[in-house]
Amino acid sequence: MTSGTRRTGIEKAMKTVLLISALASVLIVLLIFIFTMKEATPAFREIGVWKMLSDTTWRPGNDQFGILAMIAGSGLVTLGAVLIGVPLALGTAVFLSEIAPCWIAGIVRPSIELLAGIPSVVYGLFGMVVLVPLVRTIPAPGNAGYGLLAASIVLAVMILPTIANISEFAIRSVPKGYKEGSLALGATKWETISRVIIPAAKPGIISAVVLGLGRALGETIAMIMVIGNSVILPTAITDNPLSIFLSRARTLTGNIAVEISYATGIHESALFATGVVLFILIMLVNGSARFLMKMGVKS
Amino acid sequence: MEAERAEKTRMMTEDYSLFYGDFKALNNINIKIPTNKITAFIGPSGCGKSTLLRSFNRMNDLIPGVTTAGTIFLDGRNVAREDVVELRKKVGMVFQRPNPFPKSIFDNVAYGPRLHGTKNRSDLAVIVEKSLKRAALWEEVKDDLHKSGMSLSGGQQQRLCIARAIAIEPEVILMDEPASALDPVATLKIEELMNVLKRNYTIAIVTHNMQQAGRVSDYTAFMLTDEKRAGNLIELGPTKQIFTTPSDSRTEDYISGRFG
Amino acid sequence: MKKRNAAQNTAFGVFWLTGAVAVLIMGFVVGYIMVKGLPGITADFFTTSPRGGLSGDGGIYSTIVTTFYMIVVTLVFATPLGVGAAIYLTEYSSNIDNKAICKLVSIARFGIETLAGVPSIIFGLFGYALFVSALNMGFSILSASLAGACLIIPVIIRTTEEALKSVPQGYREGSLALGANRWETTWKVVLPAALRGISTGILLSAGRIVSETAIFFVTLGGSYRVPHSLMSGGRTMALHVYYLAMETRAFDKAMSTAAVLVALIIIMNLTINTITSRISTKQG
Repeated sequence: MTSGTRRTGIEKAMKTVLLISALASVLIVLLIFIFTMKEATPAFREIGVWKMLSDTTWRPGNDQFGILAMIAGSGLVTLGAVLIGVPLALGTAVFLSEIAPCWIAGIVRPSIELLAGIPSVVYGLFGMVVLVPLVRTIPAPGNAGYGLLAASIVLAVMILPTIANISEFAIRSVPKGYKEGSLALGATKWETISRVIIPAAKPGIISAVVLGLGRALGETIAMIMVIGNSVILPTAITDNPLSIFLSRARTLTGNIAVEISYATGIHESALFATGVVLFILIMLVNGSARFLMKMGVKS
Repeated sequence: MEAERAEKTRMMTEDYSLFYGDFKALNNINIKIPTNKITAFIGPSGCGKSTLLRSFNRMNDLIPGVTTAGTIFLDGRNVAREDVVELRKKVGMVFQRPNPFPKSIFDNVAYGPRLHGTKNRSDLAVIVEKSLKRAALWEEVKDDLHKSGMSLSGGQQQRLCIARAIAIEPEVILMDEPASALDPVATLKIEELMNVLKRNYTIAIVTHNMQQAGRVSDYTAFMLTDEKRAGNLIELGPTKQIFTTPSDSRTEDYISGRFG
Repeated sequence: MKKRNAAQNTAFGVFWLTGAVAVLIMGFVVGYIMVKGLPGITADFFTTSPRGGLSGDGGIYSTIVTTFYMIVVTLVFATPLGVGAAIYLTEYSSNIDNKAICKLVSIARFGIETLAGVPSIIFGLFGYALFVSALNMGFSILSASLAGACLIIPVIIRTTEEALKSVPQGYREGSLALGANRWETTWKVVLPAALRGISTGILLSAGRIVSETAIFFVTLGGSYRVPHSLMSGGRTMALHVYYLAMETRAFDKAMSTAAVLVALIIIMNLTINTITSRISTKQG
């Protein structure tokens, strides 16, 4: 009898302990939000939220803390990465799920897995040593190689595995009946893929792209290493509007990482405010990906 | 018997065998599918009747490791030598589970014609209306052509799939247990529809339901696995004869319910 | 018909190309790092510590030690929490009739999903504010591991959940039918059966710690000395690559260190794949 009560006691205790560990993540998220928010409050109060978001001048020595240039930097580098990475990632996803013979997929899939595993600092190093000198060969006044283009290419490779994996999963989840139905009507394989399978997998593919976007916005180290880190609103450096990608820039993540170790007072607070903006931005992006995924499941 | 011989043959197999890797799934099948008739394939589960049906439009090509021996003819031409896309245009298929695309009713039916070159919206509208009428679905959906095909009931979905199949004017329609996922009322509708459709099309149907085979088909083929689990054709004949005076005792056993 | 086949051939050509490009990118990045990095790797490289200075003299001994400490300490914090959470979510949360607890479970799930999406620099910022500053732990292995644990908890939860779900229901029923309670069943039957899957999750998390730079950049201090306690600062291999490239500008040494990192990641990937394929052959 006593052993029975002891056993029930252990069961009850464990149940509580396990529930608490399940809730630990919630606690961490709350702590993160509270702490960054608390540290950011002085900046928001003294500088003003709108002033921070709309001002392009970031001069800590001068007590000027506008982060618009960094928002533009993060936005543009993400846009560049999406333009380069998404076609490649979606092509690979379709290739792996519908076209590649088994043994070829057995080469491509581990390659992508490895791309996902390579540390971002290694991508950064690769960018500095290979891509930056390559970009520097583009003739344009003031083109130093470091800038949005090199950073976009690095970032494109980094988000490729995320987007390719989730899209491949989405394409594979399309019911087999759609494919058979289309082929039985005399559609070619490509017509079946483009007119039935991809449209049916669309919600999953879109949320894959959005999740890739979230990853891109959050990347830090590789960006610091190749983007140049100048706090300027990127502009086209020649007549060609595309030359905006040859401009140097700084990302929101880079702003935090580069300056946090020596910042004090309102400057430090402004960096936490940068973190809050980044956090909210990424929550919005990831939230919409989750929303799209759920919509896809319903329809 | 004389009248039978006068009938034209639309499809025919000659010493046809099919293998999944080393496993022989169909053994030396010789069968004729007469034009503008309904031929039913019956037999216990796993006897290869669905596999045989899927051989007629080469859907088995999709399965890795499948090899075949012997020949299948459509109008005297070897289907293995035909372009598979052209073949499937002539030999349509309706599946066990209704599988409309996640598109509008209109786009589901127009899918095939669009592929095969009809681009004009008003031409497509004519085809869609005609096909839906032939599939006895027009009256129920004519005001909702833009609605998703998935929003229909199971029976309506299956008739939509039939409309989709006949929109490209096939010569043969293969039906793989088309009513097994439907309720009795919807099943009856499909059966009535088949009787009308056979005026214009040659129909081959696989069914588990022997009453259904008896009700709708002109000819019945009985299939059974041998000791090596390969599917064999036991006999083929006019449905009445198969159900009343089969020539093979195994057919009789199956019909009278002594087989699973 | 010819046009339709031509369209298909063109499209498939493009898809083959994208597949090939993905493999080529991997081959080029890994190949470049290896070709440039391996020549600089000698036995000394592993056994001596960086000497600092402007040319980045010395090896990577202390960074290996720091990386190892970081892996161990982070896993000590994250594994019990992660595995515990996964056990609750798979083994306990299915048959709850208490509405309040049901609500808690869905809140927990939301928290885990959110945590998985938090970018690492935010974990760094949080670790800097809470552990380094507020709790006065300074730039140390302890601060960095606590911040790093936040990063890998969602990884461990997800992989453990998958491992637990793949344990056949019959195991649980068999144990419960013998009068064991939920916890005894989980501890004695389910966990041992899921051990391989859980260990891949832990290995995956170790890989994340090896690769992570941003969090440690703002919480670990960056000292290249051999750490002597949890309160020492330090420099992981990944962080060392950053400092060599960005501050010392010693690209040869950076490449060699990167080559070691990439080799380590490849070995970890191969190990994980071997374990996973053994699981599937065992169960298939």
